[in-house]
Amino acid sequence: METEMGFSRFALFLFTIALLSSPVLSDLVLSKVDRRIYLTSQIVRYTATLRVENEGSELVSEVLLAFPELQAKNLAYLTVSVNEGKGKQKVSTDDLPIEVVSPKNMPPAVSFYSVTLPKGLAPGDSLTLDVMAVFTHALQPFPEKITQADIQLVVFQDSAYYLSPYAVKVQSLSVKLPEARIESYTKLENTKVHGSEIKYGPHEDLPAFSYSPIGIHFESNQPFSNAQEVEREIEISHWGNVQITEHYKLIHGGAQSKGEFSRLDFQARPNVRGASAIRYLVATLPPRAHSVYYRDEIGNISTSHLWSDSKKTELLIEPRYPMFGGWRTAFTIGYGLPLQDFLFQSEGKRFLNITLSSPMVELVIDKLIVKVVLPEGSKDISVSTPFPVKQWQETKISHLDIDGRPVVVLEKTNVVPEHNKYFQVYYKFNKLSMLREPLMLISGFFFLFVACIVYTRADISISKSSASYLAKQQWEEVQAAIQQVESIINRCLATHDKLEASLRDLSRTGDVQACKAARKTADGLLKDLSKELKPLLAFLQSSPSASQILPKVEDLVAKEKELQERVMTKHSTVVDAYERKSAGKDIENRVALQQQKITALKQEVDDLMEYIDEI
Amino acid sequence: MVNKSEPGDGNTKPAAAAMPASSLKSDLLNNLSFKTFKLKTKQQELLIRVSILCLVYILAFITRLFSVLRYESMIHEFDPYFNYRTTLFLTQKGFYEFWNWFDSESWYPLGRIIGGTLYPGLMVTAAVIYWVVRFLRFAVHIREVCVLTAPFFASNTTVVAYFFGKEIWDSGAGLIAAALIAICPGYISRSVAGSYDNEGVAIFALLLTFYLFVKAVNTGSLSWALASAFGYFYMVSAWGGYVFIINLIPLYVMVLLITGRYSMRLYVAYNCMYVLGMLLAMQIRFVGFQHVQSGEHMAAMGVFFLLQVFYFLDWVKHMLSDTKLFQAFLRITVTSAVGAGAIALGVGMASGYISPWTGRFYSLLDPTYAKDHIPIIASVSEHQPTAWSSFMFDFHILLFLFPAGLYFCFKRLSDATIFIVMYGLTSMYFAGVMVRLILVATPAVCLISAIAVSATIKNLTMLLRSKSKVAQSGSTKATSSAKASSKTSLDQSQPFQRNGAIALLLGAFYLLSKYATHCTWVTSEAYSSPSIVLAARGAHGNRVIFDDYREAYFWLRQNTPPDAKVMSWWDYGYQITAMGNRTVIVDNNTWNNTHIATVGRAMSSYEDEAYEIMRSLDVDYVLVVFGGVTGYSSDDINKFLWMVRIGGGVFPIIKEPDYLVNGEYRVDKGAAPKMLNCLMYKLCYYRFGEMVTEYGKPPGYDRARGVEIGNKDVKLEYLEEAFTTSNWIVRIYKVKPPNNRW
Repeated sequence: METEMGFSRFALFLFTIALLSSPVLSDLVLSKVDRRIYLTSQIVRYTATLRVENEGSELVSEVLLAFPELQAKNLAYLTVSVNEGKGKQKVSTDDLPIEVVSPKNMPPAVSFYSVTLPKGLAPGDSLTLDVMAVFTHALQPFPEKITQADIQLVVFQDSAYYLSPYAVKVQSLSVKLPEARIESYTKLENTKVHGSEIKYGPHEDLPAFSYSPIGIHFESNQPFSNAQEVEREIEISHWGNVQITEHYKLIHGGAQSKGEFSRLDFQARPNVRGASAIRYLVATLPPRAHSVYYRDEIGNISTSHLWSDSKKTELLIEPRYPMFGGWRTAFTIGYGLPLQDFLFQSEGKRFLNITLSSPMVELVIDKLIVKVVLPEGSKDISVSTPFPVKQWQETKISHLDIDGRPVVVLEKTNVVPEHNKYFQVYYKFNKLSMLREPLMLISGFFFLFVACIVYTRADISISKSSASYLAKQQWEEVQAAIQQVESIINRCLATHDKLEASLRDLSRTGDVQACKAARKTADGLLKDLSKELKPLLAFLQSSPSASQILPKVEDLVAKEKELQERVMTKHSTVVDAYERKSAGKDIENRVALQQQKITALKQEVDDLMEYIDEI
Repeated sequence: MVNKSEPGDGNTKPAAAAMPASSLKSDLLNNLSFKTFKLKTKQQELLIRVSILCLVYILAFITRLFSVLRYESMIHEFDPYFNYRTTLFLTQKGFYEFWNWFDSESWYPLGRIIGGTLYPGLMVTAAVIYWVVRFLRFAVHIREVCVLTAPFFASNTTVVAYFFGKEIWDSGAGLIAAALIAICPGYISRSVAGSYDNEGVAIFALLLTFYLFVKAVNTGSLSWALASAFGYFYMVSAWGGYVFIINLIPLYVMVLLITGRYSMRLYVAYNCMYVLGMLLAMQIRFVGFQHVQSGEHMAAMGVFFLLQVFYFLDWVKHMLSDTKLFQAFLRITVTSAVGAGAIALGVGMASGYISPWTGRFYSLLDPTYAKDHIPIIASVSEHQPTAWSSFMFDFHILLFLFPAGLYFCFKRLSDATIFIVMYGLTSMYFAGVMVRLILVATPAVCLISAIAVSATIKNLTMLLRSKSKVAQSGSTKATSSAKASSKTSLDQSQPFQRNGAIALLLGAFYLLSKYATHCTWVTSEAYSSPSIVLAARGAHGNRVIFDDYREAYFWLRQNTPPDAKVMSWWDYGYQITAMGNRTVIVDNNTWNNTHIATVGRAMSSYEDEAYEIMRSLDVDYVLVVFGGVTGYSSDDINKFLWMVRIGGGVFPIIKEPDYLVNGEYRVDKGAAPKMLNCLMYKLCYYRFGEMVTEYGKPPGYDRARGVEIGNKDVKLEYLEEAFTTSNWIVRIYKVKPPNNRW
């Protein structure tokens, strides 16, 4: 009962345009009009086939299409093409140019679109036009508020007759509904219902601007997913990636939910208690999309699924909660695409060729903002879009940018999936600029290391005459001296090893002369070394800060001297013995005692070296 | 190693002249590699030390990233959400706005002066890092910075631990301390990625202050003391735990004075650190004049004056040659100084100028205090006394290396080791009192254990090395080996020393590797859960994610009016304001006990009484956490007794025995009637009686408590269900507007 009343009120409210017998615009007549309206989803799609005849005497080059203003407000997409096919074979040519016009002497509350014909219509000729229009927000939920258990009912309003500035000879209308359940509809003469389809007409010989409001009130549990704003950022990296980030602000545009939301009911019978809720959204991404993510302001959302094959990548996302009428959510999806699929080159320019709108299936977007972020240093930027959009430029500062990346911003309101067409952004970009960022990083690290080196090498103490500074400097000198001493001792030890080696050679070859020569050179070397040692020792003795370590160093030098002598005597004993051709065992016995001492001394020298090393 | 290069240098040069350029190159390389070999032992050691330290630094960072790998880059738990929200505010609005921020979104209708009631150190640190990184043109999100702040500071802590260990023992101990603290679960529990809490930077600041102070005491240098004052300032700005520093350092000075270790170095270090630190700390609005006005800070001031008296006496002693006269003077001065101090303290206390110790401080000294007097402190699980198992869990082998380290410290007593011993002992006591203070004890335990490990291993390797040297020299001449071994007479008395040393070294290695595996396991299994997202194993072994908290908070954020007020138990306050962006009645700040008690009272009253309370607080939504469907045990029903206790503490109309049956807390048929009809019960179990949670159990079976609920027919009169998350963990109810009169 209530619905009936509300519905009639609606119908009254809708249109008050008088069926004026306005002056005939031109001599065109529509001989046949077939309209089909699809209400199967929240987006209303409308196709009309118009048979246009020129009954006048002049060539006509444009045809006017009329829509009631209330509909025109919701009109998102309109194309008209010439149908040149004969009979059933329909061949559509390219879309014809359309522009909004407001001719004089026309009834109010009607919007006009002028279609320019390619060749013009000669007197007596006729031609067929295919009109396709898409409307958003054309379905009004009624009642406006429902509980979780109620089904969602919507109202659609239009005219049973084709609104046209021209007289129409024969016309018919069929409306396709999503489900067979129809709450009510306006009955005119010859109205038929077949399942989920309502047919009006045919009606014959109606004058221009005939109008007969009809309303259809029916069940529609289709998700009314309506994005109030979508911001789409396409970022190009010449390193091989196109990164797409899409921010959605979504609302369920259907009947408002009222009363309780019971999770229990929703879980038990989701198709009855919450039939119109948006439970998931599907996005069809291009093939080879990778690194897909789905998150919102407060973090990752784990309810999503991804399928991919060679033709497409399909992403199914569930909002954090099932969305009932009037509920909102906001989220972000992002994915990467291979650069070579979308970026091409022509005439010295690069161009990006990518779809404009969101990849979501059956989503109405009230406001779409597309930002194309070009690499830093791009020049001569131009955009070509399949339909007019608002556009301007910005800059965005991202990783390692100096003056920011140029951003082309496109804005379009009232966007439907039909708008998801390719558009192109042309720009010039020098490939060498790609290396700028890595070079910056490299040089950054380089200067960091250089700074470290300079810091460790440079003397940055403020007071060069303070006691602690002098002491520190002295200590460093002492350390250097000690290190020199150590290296000399090490060389001495190495000479000892050489002597020992010559002895081993002797026992193998018996070459006494060679062994003697070795001793001579070693002797000379050791003397040189001890000469080198003297000034160092003198310096250490004079330096006050070396007083702690001095006894150890002196001890070391003395021990080494002793060791040196022992090794020499051992060497000469062995060589002498060889000269006298003594028995091997005899030599060994004679040397054994010396050898023991040498070992002990070596041990001591080693210990001392280690001790000094640790200071 | 050194003498190897000698023949090579001479030979290659003439050969190289004849050879083509390519071999010249290889020759050059040869020479280069020789040069690298020519590093002196010192340089080699430095290289090894620096590379170990770098590895430890990286390890400390990456071991804390388990949570990011397992879950995502997100903020964890409760308090971090407040810190995140304030950091966001700071980066968006700037410092002055932040400092003067009056937050009307929490503690409705009272509000909260954020700038004056928080420790800004963490937020400022994160914001500065964020600004620096942005300045270097890395376009990071502030969330990433916040998530990684704690691991970054944990890495820095390892460096401080190294220097601290070097200062008190040697560089070996420092390295081991750095390695131990890098992976110690006691520290990781508060510093995993996403754990964006004050403790994350505070432990770094704490250890830094201590290190700088010990350095100042060791050197007597003003600059180190100054640095330690600034370290203290940073600590004060970051965490309320600075009270530990301002009490431990005076205590340490006291001990040094008593043990006769007073020195000019100590005098300089303490005075500079105390005076400057105090002045700097006063710049933090939340701390304000507490350093001169609160009982907790009086010990530091007393010690400060005592040091002056000591200095004065020293001077007098120097001037007076007569010891008898000095004795008399000493007696008079000490008595009058102590007397004056006592009178000043008494007058201060009596006049109310010096505030008495707070409840939190009392509860630290006396573990039973909170239970009897402050239920709100006792209700927090991390304020419970520590169980042995959690000590074992958090310290593992450090627990018995700790006494060994103490032994080594006492063996080589110095000003520095006395400090670490005192730090270790006091913090261990506090760790026993409260679970969360294990965190404070962790650096001390790591340092002391590092001393034990380092000293032991050093001793063992020394044994091994001396033995092997003898063996080497012995083997050069087989005949003399008998005599060589006879020379080292010490070895003969302990024939298995070398084998023993090897065995012990292997044992130590085994223990340390066990420690490493334990730490990794604990980090990945226990401490990397964000507790916002819950993960469980499904029936088929697959991972099931319960993301109910965020589901509910996001629902609140999107589908409630922007000025809606949400009432929930205080645990969820910070999360609701940060993630839900809605006003809450109470939150985790717990500064107003009465307000929390009011909420507790509403939750434990009958619906109509609760409605009156909620109307008076302008509540629009009520949020409860319920684990009956999933078996999630830390839900509001299990916390409910605390609400009753806290509510009853202020409103005697709420009596705990009303909710118990024979002292037992139950929710099934045998539960107390008041329990079955109070608001919390109704909200949790609304329509739960129709739900079958587990196969083979009756409907309304509560999986968290394992019982069938007692009141299955819950009717709500003043509230209606607004939203319940998919696993029922969070339930939100809308408070209905009052009925029209006519």
